[in-house]
Amino acid sequence: MELHKLKAHELKKLINSKEVKVEEVTNAFFNRIDTTDDKIGAYLYKAKEEAILNAKRLDNKLGAEGKLEGLGGVPVAIKDNISVKGMQNTCGSKILEGYISPYDATVTERIKSSNGIILGKLNMDEFAMGSSNENSAYKKVINPWKKEYVPGGSSGASAAAVAAFESPLTLGTETGGSVRQPSSFCGVVGLKPTYGRISRYGVTAFGSTLDQVGTIGRDVEDCALLTGAIAGIDKMDFTTVNTPVQDYSKSLIKDIKGKKIGIPEEYFGEGLDDKVRKCIDEAIRVLEDNGAIVKKISLPLTEYSLAAYYIISSAEASSNLARFDGIRFGHRSKDALDAIDIYTKSRSEGFGKEVKRRIMLGTYALSSGYYDAYYKKALKVRNLIKQDFAKNFEEFDILVSPTSPSTAFKFGEKTEDVLSMYLSDVYTVPVNIAGLPAISVPCGFVNGLPVGLQFIGNYFREDVLFNMAYSYEASTDWHKKSAVIE
Amino acid sequence: MSVTKNDVEYVAELARLSFTEKEKHELIGDLNSVLGYIEKLNELDTKDTDIIVNPYYIENKFREDEVEPSMELKYVLENAPQILEEYIVVPKIIE
Repeated sequence: MELHKLKAHELKKLINSKEVKVEEVTNAFFNRIDTTDDKIGAYLYKAKEEAILNAKRLDNKLGAEGKLEGLGGVPVAIKDNISVKGMQNTCGSKILEGYISPYDATVTERIKSSNGIILGKLNMDEFAMGSSNENSAYKKVINPWKKEYVPGGSSGASAAAVAAFESPLTLGTETGGSVRQPSSFCGVVGLKPTYGRISRYGVTAFGSTLDQVGTIGRDVEDCALLTGAIAGIDKMDFTTVNTPVQDYSKSLIKDIKGKKIGIPEEYFGEGLDDKVRKCIDEAIRVLEDNGAIVKKISLPLTEYSLAAYYIISSAEASSNLARFDGIRFGHRSKDALDAIDIYTKSRSEGFGKEVKRRIMLGTYALSSGYYDAYYKKALKVRNLIKQDFAKNFEEFDILVSPTSPSTAFKFGEKTEDVLSMYLSDVYTVPVNIAGLPAISVPCGFVNGLPVGLQFIGNYFREDVLFNMAYSYEASTDWHKKSAVIE
Repeated sequence: MSVTKNDVEYVAELARLSFTEKEKHELIGDLNSVLGYIEKLNELDTKDTDIIVNPYYIENKFREDEVEPSMELKYVLENAPQILEEYIVVPKIIE
């Protein structure tokens, strides 16, 4: 039995029925990582020693208590911008090389207390800024389906690691599509929860009014399992909400009879690849066959989302990233002459090109004379976009669209033209602006590369998302396809 | 509005970043391209629209002001670039 090929919920079952040990499962994934990750580039840090110790501890616990609840001894790998005590947290940047997290993020703590095993830390676009993982300061990440193609970003390695069987579950983060877009490109299931559903304590901030931790697995059940383990209010993050976390396992039913689906026509306009469109049209028919009522709708402000996003996220990033100054932690320039020079030289040496570009954009947008024209304007547009969605959720349970206008693109294809790279997030970003939850599910292939189907739900209705996504998945075979690593 | 070299140098100073002449030239192009795209927001009339900062209303959450143990100093100092005993070393700023 190839344990690394099993899904998280299958592993949990085998562990609990004592057919395999947690230690065996953990070893199986490290063996897989050792043989495969040279070709993928997903891991920046492997925590084998600690993971095996924890696995042994959980095996003993299972022996003593007869049951492992929650994640049930299943491994999870974590994006390298989420703190795990005693491990690095580079955020894909040279400026944090050598830094060791002195504490656990709340999501990390919950994975540990929910009987999860942490395998290590995953590669990413520097400070989560990017859509192809080409902005990592360390190494590139390969799309497991075709090696000439990017895995998406910024959580490219979180999606690629799951697609390459290097971890059954991973955590990513989203500021603007960074979990869903790579999940779409790598053919896995990725959820961006409602703003406030999952704690960001211990997660390096990018755009604080947008950031959320997201969950990735190979099917909807796995994604729901991990989400249920980490969601909920946290006293360390005041944006988390005291709305009860639903029992997502109850959402895993095929029945969606009478559920109303809105299809936003703006997500099917110019720029959408025709073959991707065909896959989405086919998927919508499957949902209709399962009993859903489908109707075309309009979200006329869609085309403004990306513009508002780049102002809001860059402005917030320029402020959040001010903490990297070479004084208390991270890279400090050897050539600095005085205190101010430490800031300027450490930051200029430590940050990569895209990060500097966004800091510049954000600082410009917040600078005197431009604040009203850019940042304030973007926040007003944000309100309009939110209202656009809210109107539709009065009538519809869910909205369905492609996750990205195309499948994965080639390395280097979009690095020269900043805007073309940003446009690969045109269908994912509106959700972040509005703070809504959304999930991407595999729904076909174009020239051997996966296509993602996006479900957008109302606030705190992750249960509806899982139900719709599960219904679709249960009627199709796309999630059963495996990448063959070249 | 068009970004000039002066703007790039002024904003770089605010952001505590330094750039070579070549990088400045690239930034002028990149920022103008992105800001040009962002101009499209002006097509929308937002005269009577309020700003929203967070996606939805967030209530203040209060808790008791209780003393709790905090992180051990050594973990903080381990990450500092240069230390002396219990202090982080920085260049002298007062003559």
